[in-house]
Amino acid sequence: MTFQIVINLIIAVMWMFLSESYTVSSLITGYILGVLLLLLLNRFIPDTFYLRRIFKIAGLIVLFIKELISSNFSIVKLAYKKNPEFEPGIFALPTELTSNWEITLLANLISLTPGTLSVAVSHDNTHLYIHAMNIDDIDETIGSIKNTFEKAIMEVTR
Amino acid sequence: MLLLIEIWIEIILNIIIAIFLLSGAFFLLSSSIGVIRFPDVYTRLHATTKAATLGISGLLIGAFLFMYIQHHIVSGKLLLAIVFTLITSPVAGHMISRAAHRIGVKPVTKNRTDEYEKAIQKQKQHQK
Repeated sequence: MTFQIVINLIIAVMWMFLSESYTVSSLITGYILGVLLLLLLNRFIPDTFYLRRIFKIAGLIVLFIKELISSNFSIVKLAYKKNPEFEPGIFALPTELTSNWEITLLANLISLTPGTLSVAVSHDNTHLYIHAMNIDDIDETIGSIKNTFEKAIMEVTR
Repeated sequence: MLLLIEIWIEIILNIIIAIFLLSGAFFLLSSSIGVIRFPDVYTRLHATTKAATLGISGLLIGAFLFMYIQHHIVSGKLLLAIVFTLITSPVAGHMISRAAHRIGVKPVTKNRTDEYEKAIQKQKQHQK
């Protein structure tokens, strides 16, 4: 990924020198040309095309904001209910993610999603302990976390 | 005619700013109501970590738009503040809830479902 970004920047600077106009706009033109060249010569360069990864990171951010807004509405609903009926509890979530960075990201994402708050990480990094507003539908929550967040994080980091 | 359109655009932009500010204030208010009404530390943290983040971001986005439209200043500090609240508030929630659990605050539950407590007990037995 870094190799491709460096090549792209070199192409951009070269374009600036070749067209002999040392402005930001010509740099941007060169950068776009570099992206096109990288896309064209994709199969001769190691690693997949790096913009694809950046799009996936953007997708993760969009997912994060969407979940944040929906969680806010659910908590506001609970705050104004006359008799708030919920059954809190702490459950364990087995995770496949291994590196510290990935687990941090997953714990932060879980904290900002509806009805869940990460409490602790087990010593061997295999389980996350999560406090849930409604302990009844744990299986559904675990399934949705595994399907959306873990998948999205894995796609970005691996 | 052109003047009229400009006035309308001005009014609509002001309404958008007002919507951002009011919704931010509303989310902050309901998060503090939640803090008062929920039964224990963990459920209260739900209210503070979630609703407060969106409330603060709404207020800051409103302030950013106001600065840009009225004074033509692009304030990078406000955008950075949004990013940092989004990053730090779940970390704070995680740390406070973990500290509470370590001190020994029991979560309010009906069926005593507390997997973390069980895991700690198991580890203690293992060490003996």
